[in-house]
Amino acid sequence: MSKFDWNAAWDALPLLLNGFKITLLATVLGTLVAAVLGLAIAVAGRAPSRWVTVPVRAVMEFIRSTPLLVQLVGAAAVFASTEPLVIGVIVLGIHYATYTSEVYRAGIDGVPKGQWEACRALSMSPRRTWQAVILPQAVRNVLPALGNYAISMFKETPFLAVITVQEMVFEARKYAGDHFQYTEAFTLAGLIFLIASYPTSLLMRKLEKSLGH
Amino acid sequence: MGDFFTTFSNDLPQVRSGLWVTVQATLLGAALAFVLSLLLGLMAGSRLAVVRVVSRIVVEFFRGTSLYVQLFWLYYAMPQLTGYQLTSMICGVVAFGLNFGAYGSEVVRGGVNAVPRAQWEAAIALNMSPYKRMTRVIMPQAWAQMIPSFTNLLIQLLKATPLLWLISAADLMTVIQQIRDRTGESLTSYATLLVFYFVLAYILTMLMNLLERTARARLGQRPDKRSLLRSRSAGDPALTGGAAQ
Repeated sequence: MSKFDWNAAWDALPLLLNGFKITLLATVLGTLVAAVLGLAIAVAGRAPSRWVTVPVRAVMEFIRSTPLLVQLVGAAAVFASTEPLVIGVIVLGIHYATYTSEVYRAGIDGVPKGQWEACRALSMSPRRTWQAVILPQAVRNVLPALGNYAISMFKETPFLAVITVQEMVFEARKYAGDHFQYTEAFTLAGLIFLIASYPTSLLMRKLEKSLGH
Repeated sequence: MGDFFTTFSNDLPQVRSGLWVTVQATLLGAALAFVLSLLLGLMAGSRLAVVRVVSRIVVEFFRGTSLYVQLFWLYYAMPQLTGYQLTSMICGVVAFGLNFGAYGSEVVRGGVNAVPRAQWEAAIALNMSPYKRMTRVIMPQAWAQMIPSFTNLLIQLLKATPLLWLISAADLMTVIQQIRDRTGESLTSYATLLVFYFVLAYILTMLMNLLERTARARLGQRPDKRSLLRSRSAGDPALTGGAAQ
């Protein structure tokens, strides 16, 4: 039984902050993958053929209903020779893409029907309809929701420690194991998460309000 | 391919006990989360500022610090600090309960706020006590609205249970990984594991749909037949991991 050791906490802080950079990097890259892939899934889900939409939905439903941790560990085991950070970002991105695609879908549904009809009346190609008319309107509305997913992904990046990505919790576990100072390392890691995520979530709430949601 | 399934069928008792650990952690965690949701959610609607602030701080703390860190803190840090070591199952249940309880309280708060003002006023006009007002008028209506969000949280909780493997509980993931280590069949093992979780998630969703139907029926609303089999969005992390609301 020991009390909180401030020296150890001070000692661990630089290591944790170093790992925090990887945490942020993984979150940003993961969000990018999720944002792009989610859009692709949402557009594919509106394809005219059922041969496209039904499999897309089934795969999405499956990915979404199963644990991220299992997906990560499984992918790391199957693609053992790939860089862990790359696997982490891709799996995280795919997992979250299944959620962001719903957001995009709502955004696309929110574009008035008249816009589609106008495009057809002007005999625009499908490609041009999406690019010039639908997506610019849809994407602006979904930005706050995407931001929320970025925050939740941030809180799930510790999972990457399991596949040996050296992010903050990986560093915390390592420090804790080396020095037997679990309390200090994990308390600090938790506080860093809190300090980083709380202002961001306040900001997102403000953004949502200002966009009228 | 054959290797995995031979070992799997030989190890059925272990698989069954791993499955039981996972189900148990999910249900107990959900029960604790539910109680905390109600408590914190109703506290957020209190007339006393102190009570509201306490609820707000607790909710922001448990939402803000990442479930993963909370679980590790309970399992590794708390014994050092206090001298008490909880079993990994209890650590899991407590961490899941606290974390998802914080998210659930927002669901309760939103559900209670969504009951039309006139219902509150009518209950006051009928001179109902605050307790009776809540249990007879507000909650039954809020409850039916809250269930879909609770379903999402429940699936998120189920999806968090493989974390138990990291604090050495013999859950489903641990058991299947042991089989994988012996057979070396990574792809089959993890695919099987994912199918397990998918089926569990679908069963839980259907049970919650049933609950929603009953709640709606009590309010005199008749849902369509297909609603029972409908799979929802299967857990929205903006509700659980993110900062929505």
